[in-house]
Amino acid sequence: MTMNGRAIARLILENGLAFEGTHFGAEGTRFGEVVFNTGMTGYQEVLTDPSYFGQIVTMTYPLIGNYGVNVDDVESRHPHVRGFVVKTFAESPSHYKQTDSLERYLQQHNIVGIAGIDTRELTKAIRTVGAMRAVITTEDAPVDELLARMPEALVPDAVERVTTQTVYRSPGPGHRVVLIDYGMKAGILRSLLDRGCDVIVVPATSTAADVLSWHPHGVMLSNGPGNPEDVPFAIATLRELIGRVPIFGICLGHQLIALACGAKTRKMKFGHRGANHPVKDLRTGRVDITSQNHGYMVDADSLAGTPLQLTHVNLNDGTVEGLAHKQEPVFSVQYHPESRPGPTDARYLFDNFMDMISQVREGRFTHA
Amino acid sequence: MPKRTDIHKIMVIGSGPIVIGQAAEFDYAGTQACQALKEEGYEVVLVNSNPATIMTDQNMADRVYIEPITLDFVAQIIRKERPDGLLATLGGQTGLNMAVQLANSGILEQEGVQLLGSPLSAIEKAEDRELFRQLMKEIGQPVPQSAIVRNEQEANAFAEEVGFPIIIRPAYTLGGTGGGIANNWREYQEIVERGLTLSPIHQVLVEQSIAGYKEIEYEVMRDAAGTAIVVCNMENFDPVGVHTGDSIVVAPSQTLSDEDYQMLRNASLDIIHALGIEGGCNVQLALDPNSSQYYVIEVNPRVSRSSALASKATGYPIARIATKIAVGYRLDELKNPVTQDSYAAFEPALDYVVTKIPRWPFDKFRSANRALGTQMKATGEVMAIGRTFGESLLKAIRSLEIGTYSLWTKQAAHWSDVDIEKKIAIADDDRLFAIAEALRRGISIEQMHKWSQIDRWFLWQLEKLVQLEQAIADLGRTSLPLPTLLEQNEELIVQAKRHGFPDRELARLLGTDALTIRSWRKEHGIVPVYKMVDTCAGEFAATTPYYYSTYERADEVEESSKKKIVVLGSGPIRIGQGIEFDYCTVHAVWALQREGYEAIVINNNPETVSTDFSTSDRLYFEPLDVEDVLNVIDREQPEGVIVQFGGQTAINLAGPLADAGVRILGTSRENIDAAEDREKFDELLTALEIARPQGRTVTTVEQAVAAAEGLGYPVLVRPSYVLGGRAMQIISDTSELLQYMDEAVEVSDQHPVLIDRYVNGIEAEVDAIADGETVIIPGIMEHIERAGVHSGDSIAVYPPQNLTEDVKAVMEDYATRIARSLQVRGLMNIQFIVHDGKVEVIEVNPRSSRTVPFLSKVTGVPMVQLAMHAVCGGSLAELGYQSGRVAEANTVAVKVPVFSFAKLHQVDISLGPEMKSTGEVMGRDTHYEKALYKGMLAAGTNIPTHGTVLATIADKDKAEAFPLLAEFARLGYRLAATEGTARYLRDRGLEVRIVNKLAQGTPNLADDIRQGRIQLVINTLTKGLKPERDGFRIRRTAVEHGVPCLTSLDTVRSVLDIVKLIHFQTLALGDSPTSAIPSSGWRA
Repeated sequence: MTMNGRAIARLILENGLAFEGTHFGAEGTRFGEVVFNTGMTGYQEVLTDPSYFGQIVTMTYPLIGNYGVNVDDVESRHPHVRGFVVKTFAESPSHYKQTDSLERYLQQHNIVGIAGIDTRELTKAIRTVGAMRAVITTEDAPVDELLARMPEALVPDAVERVTTQTVYRSPGPGHRVVLIDYGMKAGILRSLLDRGCDVIVVPATSTAADVLSWHPHGVMLSNGPGNPEDVPFAIATLRELIGRVPIFGICLGHQLIALACGAKTRKMKFGHRGANHPVKDLRTGRVDITSQNHGYMVDADSLAGTPLQLTHVNLNDGTVEGLAHKQEPVFSVQYHPESRPGPTDARYLFDNFMDMISQVREGRFTHA
Repeated sequence: MPKRTDIHKIMVIGSGPIVIGQAAEFDYAGTQACQALKEEGYEVVLVNSNPATIMTDQNMADRVYIEPITLDFVAQIIRKERPDGLLATLGGQTGLNMAVQLANSGILEQEGVQLLGSPLSAIEKAEDRELFRQLMKEIGQPVPQSAIVRNEQEANAFAEEVGFPIIIRPAYTLGGTGGGIANNWREYQEIVERGLTLSPIHQVLVEQSIAGYKEIEYEVMRDAAGTAIVVCNMENFDPVGVHTGDSIVVAPSQTLSDEDYQMLRNASLDIIHALGIEGGCNVQLALDPNSSQYYVIEVNPRVSRSSALASKATGYPIARIATKIAVGYRLDELKNPVTQDSYAAFEPALDYVVTKIPRWPFDKFRSANRALGTQMKATGEVMAIGRTFGESLLKAIRSLEIGTYSLWTKQAAHWSDVDIEKKIAIADDDRLFAIAEALRRGISIEQMHKWSQIDRWFLWQLEKLVQLEQAIADLGRTSLPLPTLLEQNEELIVQAKRHGFPDRELARLLGTDALTIRSWRKEHGIVPVYKMVDTCAGEFAATTPYYYSTYERADEVEESSKKKIVVLGSGPIRIGQGIEFDYCTVHAVWALQREGYEAIVINNNPETVSTDFSTSDRLYFEPLDVEDVLNVIDREQPEGVIVQFGGQTAINLAGPLADAGVRILGTSRENIDAAEDREKFDELLTALEIARPQGRTVTTVEQAVAAAEGLGYPVLVRPSYVLGGRAMQIISDTSELLQYMDEAVEVSDQHPVLIDRYVNGIEAEVDAIADGETVIIPGIMEHIERAGVHSGDSIAVYPPQNLTEDVKAVMEDYATRIARSLQVRGLMNIQFIVHDGKVEVIEVNPRSSRTVPFLSKVTGVPMVQLAMHAVCGGSLAELGYQSGRVAEANTVAVKVPVFSFAKLHQVDISLGPEMKSTGEVMGRDTHYEKALYKGMLAAGTNIPTHGTVLATIADKDKAEAFPLLAEFARLGYRLAATEGTARYLRDRGLEVRIVNKLAQGTPNLADDIRQGRIQLVINTLTKGLKPERDGFRIRRTAVEHGVPCLTSLDTVRSVLDIVKLIHFQTLALGDSPTSAIPSSGWRA
């Protein structure tokens, strides 16, 4: 079958909502959780953000691929999304940095794409029903059969599958920071290197002893895909690390700190994915526009009785966006201060982390 | 921080008349500001000179002053009202300049008025070129390098430092005369040398050229606590070099990567933090298409045309939020009015593409230079929303109402390849269509990119549309019967609809008519759905009833069981159809709501109050073309449609809509036609025994000549169905007639031309409200300029100063009988001419006219509200009104037209039957002369109290001009004149300095004007070619140097009235005061 001279692709949600559009990218069938991202630029960073592992991502902005793809706008070595859904994609992109088109990029990385569907209808369905499992396919198979093939739990081992398999070091003259990679965006590493850090990237499965063996001045916890409760080993590691070294957690790293301190996390209806989420620092009143990508969150009610203080909230829905340990040099945010894609308003948090490490090293850390 | 409680009374300054560069967007901003302040419980004092605005409605503020926005008047109002705060960042450059003047003159401090919103220091740092450059340097933001050079050495030193290309602008030459862009040393030295010679102060400004860079704008907001957000970014289709107001603009940016986007976002936010903006601000940036180098072009520390566009493009009400910030709120304390749930401190996410296209006045000013550059020329703009670029672009094109509905124009085929290259390389208003034609001719994208530097992405998008056009054209060339053809190619048709192709275009390509395509589409379920503009790309539930159409699956229109009525708006602001019609549209909406209906607005002008989603119950941001309007009607199933408030745009839709079975509310379609169709109208007047200037309708040149000779010259000639007197002319002999028929109109059976006897008399007009029985006449307006000057360009006076009671009674009688005969339900406007005490009817417009807001305000009669009551079937009598004239007010008000001539080179400023003004102001006072003085002042005419009056008077006018010039002499003015006029005046005893005509070498009268030796020019039109060209140059020189130039002796007489008013007379003992010219009743 063809449509406008292209093969047909279908996107079918677990609740039966189905879309027929034109195919682009790789052929085949992919299952994943379907989510939407409201960013108007930054599709290549989205594709390569390991937190999207196992997901079928739809961009709400209808014109995607306008500036092609390039070698700089990658957050990891290759895309992690299972499928990519757009209203239209640019067949002829235009940008001085462009090395290839979005379509060829998806083909190369074996990602199935669908275009020409009513992505706003899809977005509203996700908003109303919640994030759902879905199948994106170029096969001519019956809907029932495709739905029957859909796995119940999509990727319980997502973190293990995206984390680094080896330890590697990016030397620098400054603070020595162990960066635990749960599915790290390159921007986090870059933010530390920009501040002169001597960074050792370690796998998610590293134990506290592994981490401490580097005698780090600080530990950075990265973002990563999936449910934080799926990585009990990481929580165990953090329980041991808290109180022994300054820690800064981002996204999944933030959720893991909360779990390690006895708070709870839960799945959100459809999450926050985009570049326009306002976050308020409750201590200063400062509002930052932040880049976000998460489907789970820390339950605010569960903070009572933990050593954690709520420091940041989402202005729109009041959800937990930032925490600080009441006694120890530990803080975390749900959003992405490294941006890429999205606003860089919150980059100062990396500076705060550097200051915290200095204070601890100089023995003058007092909790705010 | 919550709102301030230390202030109670706030003054808001509006932007004055509509001129090129400052249009309806400030009515939108000002209206939002007033509403926002009142909502917070502040007492609002409003000052604006423009009566055609919603913001000057009495219910918009506690105290509304329609007075000149000059230091003296505003200061007087401040002293009287004693406001605590002044909000001036919502009234465009006019409001901002006034605030700076008030601050600098010490008035704000004296009267204890605080400037709200951005502090004065922020305004000054943004507006002052040097302070701004200094600040940018401090915060490390790059600005194009520039220098003022006085000689060759300095010029060379600059070029060595920055390299080519360099822009050269001689100081103090108007319109950049003598400037240019140099790409190499040879060109540079040549232009600099020329510039130094031409500049009266021997200085040139040299600036690093960034022409060809991508032009990107960010609309940003910041509160006093320092929270700052980007509401929207926009990318210009036309690279740097074309004024952003004259550029096609898309939102959001299309060709920026996230890295580019964030880099420019950070620059914009750094700048507003450094300036200390509190409110809205616009940052314009230029980005090198081949690197990450960018430059800051300029910053507007206020809401602007772009912020109105950004508000409509995103749903985020910038002016409203800026106002709340000005009274102390923080962004995170304010709700997002669209979602009601999220906060104003966030950045809107779009899930559609917005395209803005400027509306240029070149259809009116055929002689104007159409090249687009750094001087804005557009009078208005349209915006369209789509889910594909094509959809938004093609919708925008058909919203322009330029007789073009797609990328195809009839003229394009006649353009030579050279024309096309020129139109693409040097942008003009046809650039888009030239690119499409070039694509049809196989010219490569690369070639066009080289010519224009337009980003290849845009060119590729256009190529896709042309490919679709050609694929459909190919179908049209097959011999298959249409139904089969459509059946077999349904997918292609759907594709075309998704890319914005209107039925008209499909019909043209397939050799059928639009209605055939429409019914086929509907049978096949190919109909648009409507999506909501919700600021958040669907992430949050929104209830804002702000919709646009697209060809997709899910429709989002909320069902409603209430009775609904559609009000058609008036589209882009253009000459002849201005903000007045938006005023009427908004009032029609309010009146409908009062009558218990749900009011639905269809309009496409992003500047206006009518397209504020909070104005109506439902807003459809759509083209006002038959197909798009019918689609909305199909979806909404309203009780009917109202066409009488949207100017000629809406009236023109009455026929096609009625044909499609839509109920036209108010005056019936047949009766609209009876007023608009010449022959039916003649029959009507004959039946009513009402006189009109004799005339004929002709369909050939031969008939025209015969008709004119039969009527006797001079005659008034125009095409039928006109808007604002387009292509109307007074013709005095056969040769002129032949030239006109050849150049100005296309005469044919479909396009008849009207020829009327020209009557030289007083023009007057009435607006009437009728319900079929009762006919209310709120007032009669007399025009100062005699017949022959378009009513829209004439100064209108209410109540009339020179009409006898008998004449007024005749007008009342005619209006009443015409309204009853046409069964007018709603508004009607009649233009009269009075000659020797005899009243004749020139034309009847079965709709609201441009004088409705003016007349509503000066008479206090809520005209649109009454009209809507009648339209909805109510009677005027039940509201307590009876037929006849409403008692005249005890103040005098004048409506003075405002022109934008200084911005349109090569346009003749002389007044005639073709309308040329872009806006209007009102002057109102206890006496006619005082009202007129205020009106003139508000219109920006600086009436000199002394100095030299230059007179170049046509022979036919000399006798009439003499006593006027003599009066100027008596009042102490010096006279100067060209030889003929001078001799005439000297023979009659006046002292006159003779000045050289242009051909007589220097110094001539143009030099005198340029060098400030002339304070007022009086020039009347002569016939014949050569002297006319002289007159044209004299008038242009005056305009370009800000010297008032009067081309109608009627206006001269009014100016004299004013001069006498403002002139204290110094009398030697024994002298008698001057009053030689009767100031009123002179025409009786």
